[in-house]
Amino acid sequence: MIGDCSDPAALEGAAWMLCYLTTPKHMNFYWSFLTVLGLLAVTVPFIMAFGLAGAFAKRARLAPVRWLGALYTTMVRGVPDIVFFLFVPIALDQGIEYLRHRVLCPDMVGPVWVGNDFVVCPAAKAPLSTASAFVHDLYGFALAVVAYAIVFGAFAANVIDGALRAVPKGQVEAAEAVGMSPGQIRRRIVLPQMWVYALPGLSNLWMILVKATPLLFLLGIEDIVYWARELGGMKTQAFDYPHPDWRLWYFGALMIFYLLLTWVSQIGFERLTARASRGMAGAR
Amino acid sequence: MSCAEALQAYGLRAIGIGERLLPRSEITLCEQVVLIGSGMIWNLYFAGLALLLGFGFAVLLALGKASASPLAALPAQGFVYFFRGTPLFIQFFFAYESFVLLPKVGVTLDLGFVVMNAETGWLTRAWLGALIVLFLNTSAYTAEIFHGALRAVPRGELEAADSVGMTGFRKFRRIVFPTMLRLAWPSYTNEAIFLFHATALVFFSSFPAWRQQGDALYYAAYFAEATFNPFVAYPIVAAYFVAGTVLLILAFGLVGARLNRHLPREARAKFRFRPQFIR
Repeated sequence: MIGDCSDPAALEGAAWMLCYLTTPKHMNFYWSFLTVLGLLAVTVPFIMAFGLAGAFAKRARLAPVRWLGALYTTMVRGVPDIVFFLFVPIALDQGIEYLRHRVLCPDMVGPVWVGNDFVVCPAAKAPLSTASAFVHDLYGFALAVVAYAIVFGAFAANVIDGALRAVPKGQVEAAEAVGMSPGQIRRRIVLPQMWVYALPGLSNLWMILVKATPLLFLLGIEDIVYWARELGGMKTQAFDYPHPDWRLWYFGALMIFYLLLTWVSQIGFERLTARASRGMAGAR
Repeated sequence: MSCAEALQAYGLRAIGIGERLLPRSEITLCEQVVLIGSGMIWNLYFAGLALLLGFGFAVLLALGKASASPLAALPAQGFVYFFRGTPLFIQFFFAYESFVLLPKVGVTLDLGFVVMNAETGWLTRAWLGALIVLFLNTSAYTAEIFHGALRAVPRGELEAADSVGMTGFRKFRRIVFPTMLRLAWPSYTNEAIFLFHATALVFFSSFPAWRQQGDALYYAAYFAEATFNPFVAYPIVAAYFVAGTVLLILAFGLVGARLNRHLPREARAKFRFRPQFIR
């Protein structure tokens, strides 16, 4: 589509730049922006589900469920999110492999942690060592999604819990007066109104989530940070496109990407808030 | 290795005192607790200094943002927007790369009573480079909080100050600043908590842990990798952070109580966990 890039050494100026920016590796870099947006799109439903579950667990009638909900919503207050991002994927991975090990290889009864090693039979590896690279990538991505969902679900549970409290008591009492069941009250009265009160908190949460996406890099996923470091690093004459250390430019580009993303999100949430508070007297 | 030995060998390992080699084989629980605890020195150092320095700068930024003159308002707004709009993690990478590219120059500062040698190479070290990033970052978030509080200072208080003839700096020092601080305090407590948590990022961004002197999470990740068992090291570091957070909330609560001491109990602004301003 763009000129002849077969001999990079002979190129100069704009042509060189154009060829350089369209190398297969750069295409991977551009795709990784979609990985980030994909992670956002995939995790949000999970985060909302975890958040709703956490908030409703906190006000459950059964005491152990209530304690569990309280523990879940409290844990993110004291522990940095990055600890969870490092812990959850590896803990899940080992948990899955441990269970598979016990089920698939019942004849191996020894402990799993031997000295400084974690030993499971080959059949219990997740994913199997024979699986394709794509499956490995997908597995890693799924673990990352779960880690994000757990951490941000806890934040969302805090927001939703506050919003549930903010729904006027009179509304619930009125619903009770006309004979609605608790489930009906929840579905028809509390949840629809809760959103208006939760929106400011959730929009903040979205901003936090957006700014937490570069942490994907720590989970070993080839995301934008990975490619920015990879492509920006100094390339000697041995490479097709030699250049000095350009990482500053690449990270600058990432910053602009995030500035745009937060800017667009802000506008989107302003519209959403205006929409959700239609027909409500005096709610923001 | 017994617990006492571990404490002696690794108690101050994070700042370079004690055993040079990190534990390798037969890692005991004591070693993990002690070494991760010694890493907390760095978390406290980064959080404490960044908050202290950031506080002053944030007040200036908030005043600048609220200023009627665009010469002061625009740069302050741009600064706050930039640092709040981009991830801290990327800011670390960006800052590190720019510090690396700086020419290596040494400056000798003769202060009369003491001669100091400062070199730009220090900027690539975490203790200075990461501190600068955290300082700028928390300044931006805190400025946003203070700016909001500044606009919420009751008009009546300002009019009362005017009526007794207070102007300029005196009005700011006696009326605006104390009320602003009191109104901002609950949010500022949240910001302090999340800055404290953000210090765990330092050694996972570009900044290298020089001679394996890292923060608590750096050592926790080291142990998790060495023992291939995440179920010991990460809960330990989590417990340290929970303890630190509780202490921080208590300390900020004391200051908050002092700021509110003239108010009836029910009129006081209470601290509530709000992940409003985290990065």
